[in-house]
Amino acid sequence: MMEIGLTHYLVLSTVLFAIGLVGVMRRKNLLMLFMASEILLNAVNVAFAAIGHYYGDLTGQMFAFFVIAIAASEVAVGLGLLIIWYKRTDTIDLDTMTSMRG
Amino acid sequence: MEAIAFYLFAVLTVAMFSYTVMSSQALYALSSMAAGMIMISAFFFLLNADFLGVVQIIVYTGAVMALYAFGMMFFDTTRAVKEHNTSKVIVLTLSVLATLLVITIFTMPIAAENISAAFPEPAGVENPKAVGIVLFTKYLVPFEVAAVMLLVAMIAGIVMAGKKMDRSLTKMKEEEIAMMHQEETQKKVTL
Amino acid sequence: MEMYLYIALFAPFVGSLFAALFGASPKTLWSGVVTSALLFASFVSSVTLFVYLLQGGEPIHTELMTWMATGNLYIPFGFVVDQVSATMMFVVTTVSTVVHVYAIGYMDHDKAFNRFFAWLSAFVFSMMILVMSDNFAGMFIGWEGVGLCSWALIGFWYHKESATWAANEAFIMNRIADLGMLIGIFLLYWHTGSLQYDVVFAAVPNLDTSIVTLMGIFLFVGAMGKSAQFPLHTWLADAMEGPTPVSALIHAATMVTAGVYLVVRANPLYSLIPEVGYFIAGLGAFVAMFAATMALVNRDIKRIIAYSTLSQLGYMFVAAGLGAYWVALFHLMAHAFFKALLFLGAGNVMHAMSDELDPFKMGGLYKVMKWTAILMILASVALAGIWPLAGFFSKDKILEVAFSSEHYIIWAVLWITAGLTAFYSFRLIMLTFFSGEERYKEHGFHPHEAYKFMLWAMAPLAVLAVIAGWFEQQFVHFVTELLPTFEFHTHHVEMMLIAVTSLMAIGGIVVAVLLYRNGLLNPKLQQTAVYKLLFNQYYIPKFYDEFFSKPYAELSKIFWKQVDLKVVDATVDFIATTIYKTGEGTHTMQNGNLSSMLRWMVIGTVGLLVLAVLYVKRYDILALMQMVFPGLGA
Repeated sequence: MMEIGLTHYLVLSTVLFAIGLVGVMRRKNLLMLFMASEILLNAVNVAFAAIGHYYGDLTGQMFAFFVIAIAASEVAVGLGLLIIWYKRTDTIDLDTMTSMRG
Repeated sequence: MEAIAFYLFAVLTVAMFSYTVMSSQALYALSSMAAGMIMISAFFFLLNADFLGVVQIIVYTGAVMALYAFGMMFFDTTRAVKEHNTSKVIVLTLSVLATLLVITIFTMPIAAENISAAFPEPAGVENPKAVGIVLFTKYLVPFEVAAVMLLVAMIAGIVMAGKKMDRSLTKMKEEEIAMMHQEETQKKVTL
Repeated sequence: MEMYLYIALFAPFVGSLFAALFGASPKTLWSGVVTSALLFASFVSSVTLFVYLLQGGEPIHTELMTWMATGNLYIPFGFVVDQVSATMMFVVTTVSTVVHVYAIGYMDHDKAFNRFFAWLSAFVFSMMILVMSDNFAGMFIGWEGVGLCSWALIGFWYHKESATWAANEAFIMNRIADLGMLIGIFLLYWHTGSLQYDVVFAAVPNLDTSIVTLMGIFLFVGAMGKSAQFPLHTWLADAMEGPTPVSALIHAATMVTAGVYLVVRANPLYSLIPEVGYFIAGLGAFVAMFAATMALVNRDIKRIIAYSTLSQLGYMFVAAGLGAYWVALFHLMAHAFFKALLFLGAGNVMHAMSDELDPFKMGGLYKVMKWTAILMILASVALAGIWPLAGFFSKDKILEVAFSSEHYIIWAVLWITAGLTAFYSFRLIMLTFFSGEERYKEHGFHPHEAYKFMLWAMAPLAVLAVIAGWFEQQFVHFVTELLPTFEFHTHHVEMMLIAVTSLMAIGGIVVAVLLYRNGLLNPKLQQTAVYKLLFNQYYIPKFYDEFFSKPYAELSKIFWKQVDLKVVDATVDFIATTIYKTGEGTHTMQNGNLSSMLRWMVIGTVGLLVLAVLYVKRYDILALMQMVFPGLGA
């Protein structure tokens, strides 16, 4: 039990992922939604790093590295869009975005 | 020792992120998430991924959190968005299912036991150096693409946060657009 | 020489396409002129080829291109011009050219003038493929092509219910027979591995007799359909619904003789199986008599000629069945000329009488239509087989064949039929052109002679109907280079046979002339049972109607009500309504709310994960559980 194995990390990763998923689903504030998605990405990063470590492979770390780069870009663009949206509609409530109604 | 550190940080991370997700105050949520990000980097150190840990701290706690902080200044955070919760049953079941499945997915290749390291960690080399070697040899092209992507994202962020973006040309009427142009030319003349 | 072959083959095709371009537009005279000119080019080419072969040239065999080449199957678009196909080409192009020119006048007032010429030329093209192909597959294409064009031309006046009915009847009857032919072709390919005539006929003698018999029977079923032999004969009389030039070209001179051509072409196969040959001959003799009796009482000039055609086809099959292939071909050629002439004459009469067909309403037309009458009398005399016209030489030869091969019953049947032929031909002539009072006046008709150029167009046929028989010796010499010769053992009685037959024919003519000299016969005759039987065509159409069409219609109705509506339609409707209901029930998903979209996205992700788990190979759930929950043990 004292020995920390790959499974421990994977379970932790999925728990974090689930927390992120709950956030994505229950939040109505767009800013909070972005944060929840950051949590999702981090959960996956942990899993990547752990698998890479236990297999003695650097590929996992490489992937985590690129995921961080993507996350940074996503935040930059996403927040830019969010600001435009806020300027135009004066709200960041998810439920007001209904222009995609089918 | 390792186990103690793992469990400690695991509990802390889960707590911080849970607070982020549940809190109705944006500022608290942001702070707790920044803390959670730092806790995550602890796992990277535990996993001998020193470089990744450092990047995690710098990028997330430094850059991303600063971006969120600046972004938040634009919004009226005091006017909290009303969060009418959806059915908890759906949320719970979905989360549990997804969790289980993600575990399955991750353990599947292990169960298959036919994985071998594509790029083994070079022996006798420190982690940042090893990362550097792999990154600039095997992953050079993705690395450059990621760099270009970051550049694009930066420009996009600057443009979108700039002036005039609060007006939508597609939703404006013809006369309004004409008026806007007129105003601009007048401005230039006065300058 | 190959150039002439391709001109002969493709000139009608070009003409057809040209006329088809203007198919939907109102009458343009030059669509008829151009097709006729191209047909004439085809005719000239055919004659050139014919003369070339006549002067001892080698048969021409060309391959336009590969059509099918898969595995062991190799079928080219190959064409052959040998003595048999050259004869057929000559007959087809001659009659076609005449009919095309004639039809310019005949179809003068028709709205669909251009469409008519498009189909007519297309028919000639198909017929040329049929006779020129060097393999059974190409022949079958031509076979179906003439069937299609025949369907379109019988039903040319599609606004008439009876015309469409007749067209469909002809097409369906031919389909039934074509199935037989197709089976025959499959058998040939199955056992010889090829469809080329030369290969097949070289391989056939090595096969088992029973298989060859089967091949012969199935191919003959196809021939029976096209040549309208009993019991598939009813369509030919009904096909008279089409315009008269069509009847002259398709239902007298060319298409219906395709069956005879098939038997003649496949002579190496049929000479191996004389039993099937006897059956063919027997059937031919029966049809000859059977059709002639129906022609005796009919009250429709075109139908009378149609039955006569049927009867003459019977003659041809007798000759072909008894192994006298060249005699069959000879009669085919002679018959094509005088029968087409007869039909075109009937067309003139129809034109003059505003499409009236009942000869009982005519009479005395000779005064108005002298030249038509002369041409028709000429054709009838030729048909009756009076010296020195074409019919005499060809028909007498068939009787000689029957006598010589000691089939006296067949000979007797044909002999009686010769008398009947002469009788019904002259009954028609008398009722139409002579026969006392001018009955048409009572019915308010104002007949007039046909256009001059129509009569001139008929002239070549008249000349050929007279002289075709004179070249018997040359013809024999010509075609027996390819076809087997037939040994006659009748030299000692030859003159006697000719005398007996000619007497029979002249007797028929005399009886007809005497009987109808003063007008119609006593109407009481129409009450007799024999008259009724013949007039109703032995009740065979009625029989088909009662025993095939009606039960089939009933069965179709049952299938429609029970199977189609309750099973097929219901299934389709069920699928449609299910999808419709699903859409109705789930369209709320697309409410444009982003959080609900996110929720659906998560559900989708879960679904995909489930699929991924289910389909990953070497999925061992026990090992997996141990891996995930190491505390479980075991």
